[in-house]
Amino acid sequence: MEIVDVSKEQVPPQTPLAAAQHKRRPKLRITKSKKMLAGLVILGFYVVMGVIGPWIAPYDPNALGDLTGPGGTQSPGGHHLLGQTTIGNDIFSQLLAGTRPTIEVAFLSGVIATALAIVIGITAGYMGGFVDEVLSLTANIFLVLPALPLLIAIGAFLGPDRAGSPWVVSLIIAATGWAWGARVMRAQAMSMRNRDFVEAARVSGESTSRIILAEIMPNLSAVIASSFLFTTIYAIGTYVGLGFLNVVSAGPHYNWGTMLFDATSSSAVEAGSWWWYVPPGLAIAVLGMSLALINFGIDEYINPRLRIAKPAKGTKVKVRPQLGFTPVVRKRPVVDASPYAAARSQLEEAQ
Amino acid sequence: MRVFLRRLGFYLLAAVAAVTLDFFIPRMVPGDPVLTALAQLKGSATPGALAALQAQYGEGTNHAGLWHQYLHFWNMLLHGDLGLSLSLGNTHVTTIIGQHIWWTVILVGLATVISFIVGTLIGTLAAWRRGTWIESLLPLTTFLQAMPYFFFATLLVLLFAVKLNLFPAQGGYDTFSSTVGLNWAFISDALSHAVLPALTIVGASLAGWIIGMRNQVVTVADEDYVLLAEAAGLPRQRVVWYAMRNAILPQISSFALALSFVVGGSLLTEIVFSYPGIGFILLSAVKSLDYSLVQGIFLVITLVVLAANFIADIVYVALDPRTRQEA
Repeated sequence: MEIVDVSKEQVPPQTPLAAAQHKRRPKLRITKSKKMLAGLVILGFYVVMGVIGPWIAPYDPNALGDLTGPGGTQSPGGHHLLGQTTIGNDIFSQLLAGTRPTIEVAFLSGVIATALAIVIGITAGYMGGFVDEVLSLTANIFLVLPALPLLIAIGAFLGPDRAGSPWVVSLIIAATGWAWGARVMRAQAMSMRNRDFVEAARVSGESTSRIILAEIMPNLSAVIASSFLFTTIYAIGTYVGLGFLNVVSAGPHYNWGTMLFDATSSSAVEAGSWWWYVPPGLAIAVLGMSLALINFGIDEYINPRLRIAKPAKGTKVKVRPQLGFTPVVRKRPVVDASPYAAARSQLEEAQ
Repeated sequence: MRVFLRRLGFYLLAAVAAVTLDFFIPRMVPGDPVLTALAQLKGSATPGALAALQAQYGEGTNHAGLWHQYLHFWNMLLHGDLGLSLSLGNTHVTTIIGQHIWWTVILVGLATVISFIVGTLIGTLAAWRRGTWIESLLPLTTFLQAMPYFFFATLLVLLFAVKLNLFPAQGGYDTFSSTVGLNWAFISDALSHAVLPALTIVGASLAGWIIGMRNQVVTVADEDYVLLAEAAGLPRQRVVWYAMRNAILPQISSFALALSFVVGGSLLTEIVFSYPGIGFILLSAVKSLDYSLVQGIFLVITLVVLAANFIADIVYVALDPRTRQEA
């Protein structure tokens, strides 16, 4: 089939004015959202810590030592910024060393699960028919099976050391975490199947894989990003949970979940050793929070209704968005002589 | 009725998939950890128990093909037999699970219902009063959700059990002062022990319901019928009621996903509180390499979750007439 390349004629010649306008545009709309920006900054910090954390850790996280806190206790101070465990590990070093495996597993499983979700979800939505039936059924079954018990069962048989390797744990987490994204993407691809541009690609004889990858997928980028973040949050929670259960071990690195397990099993709460269980818990919570913030930003980007319009700077009008209506300052007339009165009485009768 | 049968068929299929998965997990893992464990047991276990386990995992004299083993597994299952527990004195896995599962079912069930109701109400309020202080609840609850269950549980123990001494921090009931049974002393004791675990589950799962409901109400609020109701001058409460009724349907359909999350989270919560539910024995089973108990617990949890999802689906069909016509 002969392919006519029309793209060259369509691009208008760039006048200096157009070029100048083009230059002013690159400010990404996404960074306008404060939530998104905050999320990205925090996430960036974690990624940096994941790279340099194990190197800048002052002690070996597994090294035992004497308790050197004030008065020979575990308390923070002296040589140990965040104190020590009951057997003398440096908690600050454990925290730093634990960043890398968490980030690794989070992103690896996010990538694997999202790739699975894209392939399975979009294929199902685009192809329809029998393929859709089979793929949706598989996704729905994976969705209703409770993931954590399954992961615990698999991890128990693998043993903590084998299950603790980032690739293995990411693979098994991704295997249980792809179904939700696939379902969302299937719905989106279904709505896109009959759009004109997809129809045009099909008529011009493009292959199914090309239509899915080059035509449909770019239009779903926001959904894909959102599903990636969702899976990543899920992966962090799961990885830390498995560490807490001692089902996976992070080997020479440390797992934040394992830290919390050590703290709980040594009654750190009752003993008042807050420096033991608060830092890892906060580290996980803030990381998850940053991803959730980015997700909020994407949500608002996809669904403009979620955005709250801000009045222009300088005006002192306070806009309070109200249900269903564009906010107005005037009050509704008390006397109801509108043509809607009939509809209203009908609605009330229907009650 | 057709919808009902369709859903029933789906969940039966999911149950078969779960059983098959449960059967294959120990056999997919390289290095045969089960056989190693069995070899170590040969001295301590009774001959009868050993033979039963060998038959279950297809070793020794009963070294049959995979298909035969699979049929044997189904046969055991349909007779209500999940094998013998290695670590807890060769008792039947079903007996052990039967002793503990009610704690988990009641805890998770109550907490999920509370979380659903409270979250949906707050979500509606947040959508109704956009831009007020209620919106600031969103980041707060998201933070709670981002926290791992067991860390949130630890903080609750610190605040309510250690500092304020309001609720007990450990166990499901007081083993000294009350006996298990339907007497008031036991029930009130069990309730006070359940407060903190339940609060953990509610706090950690609340954000999902709030955000889901808020986004739904905001979307539904743009529908024509809401505009009409508003334009007709109906009282604000009634307009919100119309919007809420329509927005709540997706909430119920997302119940399936939420439940499997909550069950996972509650397993971790139980461990923090030493709550005598199924998560607690799962941990001890994992630690002592009690494979048949791990398998049995996974299977029972999965089947209970599937049953709960089936009920949620039926409720959904009952509430939304459109689903009845469609299929």
